[in-house]
Amino acid sequence: MLRIENLHAEVEGAGGKKAILKGLNLEIAAGEVHAIMGPNGAGKSTLANVLGGKPGYEVTAGSVTFKDVDLFDLDPHERAATGLFLGFQYPVEIPGVSNVQFLREAANSQRKYRGEEPLSGGEFLKLAKEKAALLKLDMEMLKRQVNVGFSGGEKKRAEMVQMGILDPSFAVLDETDSGLDIDALRVVGDGINAIMRAKDKGVLLITHYQRLLDVVKPDRVSVLADGRIVQTGGPELALRLEAEGYDAVMAEAAA
Amino acid sequence: MTQTATLPTRRDEAWRYADIDALTRIGADALDQWQEVTIANGETWHHQLVVGSDAPELHRIRVIVGDGARAELFVTNVGSDYTRVEAEVTLGEGAHFEFGGVTIGGGDAVREFVTKTVHAAPNATSNQTVRSVHWGTGTGNFLGEINVARDAQKTDAAQDFKGLLLEAGASANAVPQLEIFADDVKCAHGATVGQLDEAARYYMAARGLSPEATQRLLVQAFLGDAFVELEDEAARETLLGAALSALEGAVLEGAEF
Repeated sequence: MLRIENLHAEVEGAGGKKAILKGLNLEIAAGEVHAIMGPNGAGKSTLANVLGGKPGYEVTAGSVTFKDVDLFDLDPHERAATGLFLGFQYPVEIPGVSNVQFLREAANSQRKYRGEEPLSGGEFLKLAKEKAALLKLDMEMLKRQVNVGFSGGEKKRAEMVQMGILDPSFAVLDETDSGLDIDALRVVGDGINAIMRAKDKGVLLITHYQRLLDVVKPDRVSVLADGRIVQTGGPELALRLEAEGYDAVMAEAAA
Repeated sequence: MTQTATLPTRRDEAWRYADIDALTRIGADALDQWQEVTIANGETWHHQLVVGSDAPELHRIRVIVGDGARAELFVTNVGSDYTRVEAEVTLGEGAHFEFGGVTIGGGDAVREFVTKTVHAAPNATSNQTVRSVHWGTGTGNFLGEINVARDAQKTDAAQDFKGLLLEAGASANAVPQLEIFADDVKCAHGATVGQLDEAARYYMAARGLSPEATQRLLVQAFLGDAFVELEDEAARETLLGAALSALEGAVLEGAEF
């Protein structure tokens, strides 16, 4: 479903361009939840940003194929309309725009791109209520401005409500578990399962911690270090990382 | 050349960003055409208008606001030629002046609001909010003079200007001018000029919003402040709707999304 081949990418920073991804290979099949773990600075967020098409990141080599389309041929909003959802580590506040307005326009902008009929106001509200309830987010929150005044946990839950409403075929979730308390973590994990666990969908779950994986239960786990995937295994790999740390597991892989 | 003797020049403070050539085309007679309004004590006067066409326009409004009375003026300025709205407001004791203005457009036109608010008596308040969105080499100006008379104690006057430039080459000017002769007053003014927030644009693109839809939503949110004190929802829709229609001819900032 998503095939990343020999991906090299640079980021523009204060000190000029810096290579972050250095030949990353990864393939995620339909029906798979794939977790990516790795030490700070390994390139996890850069991978998410490159997949989303964030400005400031330059792909210098390699390719990404998503549903048989060259992802880099598409603008960010076209990637979304093609079914790619990016869960932000730091969701952006948009003063003056309500969640309802934002999401209805987003859903209908996507539908228009795909040549589908727009949702009516009533249809959209019904969908929004259903997904808000799934994530235990008060519907009143959706009438408020996008992420403005939301706590860290509320922002992450709102991200998952957005995912539920937009119903993507593939989600890249960048540290969706950061900033969540234990109860919210379970709600978000259950939400990911309810929305994305399907044989025609896929998830790339970027996380530092096992606790979200206890709920979401990945099919496979990869370790990203210094811009490359250095090891891939089953869910037991995440447990070993949690117990032994990156250095020990990676040293063994290199040996 | 007889006419130019009576026309102002850009050396005059209230005309420093004006399009004098366009003013010459309007003619000096227009300078004498003031709409005069007197609001009785305790009464409320509400006026809203959409101004601008493909010819230069000058609108001058003079309002005397009685004790405890309220004047509300809301304007969307979408001119594709020089379009200037002036308001000269004199406030009685405990009176209030509320002004909300939007200038929006591209091309090379100058669109401006020029207000002179005279706090002539104690306890009067005034609040002015202007938002300007421009592209091409369009310009939006807000020149706001506030005079506080010697005995106009407890005056509370506020001016807030924000400019949003969608293209290099567009400009926005804010000129607050305060003349305060009383000692117990509050006069606040703020002015900022910027571009659409890149983080917000990327976030919205990542949710599938087209660049056109993103720009329209962000501009709509930006303009909303100017009419937030306008209680009549239908009136607000009219003024915002006129502004957003003008946006349809706009360039898209940063076409990479």
